[in-house]
Amino acid sequence: MSRKLKEQIIEKVLAFCALVTILTTIGIVLILLVEAVGFFQEVSIVDFLTGTEWTPLFADKSYGILPLISGTLLTTFIAIAVALPIGLTIAVYLNEYAPRKLQKVVKPLLEVLAVVPTVVYGFFALMIVTPFLKIFIPDLSGFNALSPGIVMGIMIIPFVSSLSEDALDAVPDSLRQASYGMGSTKFQTAFRVLVPAASSGIVVSVILAISRAIGETMIVAIAAGQNPQFTFDPTVPIETITAYIVQVSSGDVPQGTIAYKTIFAAGITLFVLTFILNNISYWIKSRYQEKYE
Amino acid sequence: MESDSQSSNPKTTQVETKPKLNSKHQSYKLQAQNVDVFYEDFQAINNISLGIVENSITAFIGPSGCGKSTFLRLFNRMNDYIDGFSMNGNILMDGKDIYDESVNVEELRKIVGMVFQKPNPFPKSIYENVAYGLRIQGIKDEEYIENRVIESLKQSTLYSEVEDNLDKMALSLSGGQQQRLCIARALAVKPTVLLMDEPTSALDPISSGKIEDLIHELKEDYTIVIVTHNMQQAGRVSDNTAFLYMGNLVEYGDTQKIFTNPEKDRTQNYITGRFG
Repeated sequence: MSRKLKEQIIEKVLAFCALVTILTTIGIVLILLVEAVGFFQEVSIVDFLTGTEWTPLFADKSYGILPLISGTLLTTFIAIAVALPIGLTIAVYLNEYAPRKLQKVVKPLLEVLAVVPTVVYGFFALMIVTPFLKIFIPDLSGFNALSPGIVMGIMIIPFVSSLSEDALDAVPDSLRQASYGMGSTKFQTAFRVLVPAASSGIVVSVILAISRAIGETMIVAIAAGQNPQFTFDPTVPIETITAYIVQVSSGDVPQGTIAYKTIFAAGITLFVLTFILNNISYWIKSRYQEKYE
Repeated sequence: MESDSQSSNPKTTQVETKPKLNSKHQSYKLQAQNVDVFYEDFQAINNISLGIVENSITAFIGPSGCGKSTFLRLFNRMNDYIDGFSMNGNILMDGKDIYDESVNVEELRKIVGMVFQKPNPFPKSIYENVAYGLRIQGIKDEEYIENRVIESLKQSTLYSEVEDNLDKMALSLSGGQQQRLCIARALAVKPTVLLMDEPTSALDPISSGKIEDLIHELKEDYTIVIVTHNMQQAGRVSDNTAFLYMGNLVEYGDTQKIFTNPEKDRTQNYITGRFG
């Protein structure tokens, strides 16, 4: 075989591999769209987006997605409320206070948090965190938004801390010098100069963490319940979009029915949410990169 | 301010490193006494002693790597954060050792302002840049802050160019304007000493000229130490000049004398451009 032909074949194979991933993505979006369109022929999109009852599996069917969205946003909000302060503090500590050697050890260790199987986290939330929280909140239900929210927050700490640390590290050293030269303490330098200067990078890290939390399935499926309620009370059972999809997929809902199609309606809602968030973070990132050139 | 005893300190009486004290000032504002600086094993400064007179402009000149920036940064302890930094000897300000344990480094840096080689404004508005030093001191009186901001910008000759857009981002200014903004930022907290580390090396000649004029004016109120590798600049702006070479102080004294009739051949060679 000639050398040139060989090269051409290799190139085609590589291009094919790249194409497979793109085609898969397009395929998923298409299937989501087609099935969702089928769903929206039977249910009005206005009812879907504004209804506060989600009971497609009951005799008295309602298709308002808001309870699932509220459940998703509630757990995500709790997760971010945990991950942002802790993650940012860790980032500032590693970047400005910790010796380089310690930083080199701690950063990869923290990232281990993100690779613990989520089913372990889910179990941890249900069996350990919820009973623990009950000591302080006796009215807490066995399934609730609070416990999986907190555990999810712990899981996404490395998203915030690692990317924020990178952003802090990218702040030009001249700004640090300027700040110290003015008589700032480390704390003032970190929070008045470095964090604001790295704010776009930090925002990106938080958005990615949010989008990870929104898409997280196992923890909430195990510990948050299967009870779609339009509520922002973190102590009662709720259901997230992802948990609903798990519930229906693992149940025995016949294919082609409207109940089956709800999976895709919920799926596309989830997709749109994370897609928008990822695009916002991409947009912020590209603007941010221009700033220090 | 105090201590006639300092000028009679035996360590400072080395003839060649003693600048002329003018009659009004009987003591040095800043003083280095037998200073060695090491980065790990590398000796960057070798036994330098010199005194700097209040309300004067002192230039540190010398080829790249001679230690002049390191030496300058001793006076506001900016070397402290560099890994492997260590020093011997004393640095005195108004007769007090600034490396003494009792000295609060942050407080010291509020009195000893610094302007860096590359303009380094914060990514904040012009106003907030100048206000920064006041805010970190916990000053809340917005009227006082505004007055200080305007006064400092006027002092650094930038005010007329930016008075209508103090809320504009500092990074949108030109390099020369940014550097004058950094000078205003340093002046806002009313330091008594201003350290300038090659403040014009990143600027065009016109901006450099403006900054040189500014340095001249600031002499009235501040003791200024400037590091420069631009010989003409040292000659134009400074009262005293120190020539450093490979961590040693080769010659120090009246700028005019150093530039017209230096005592050492090496100084002569450097100034006339035969090396460096």
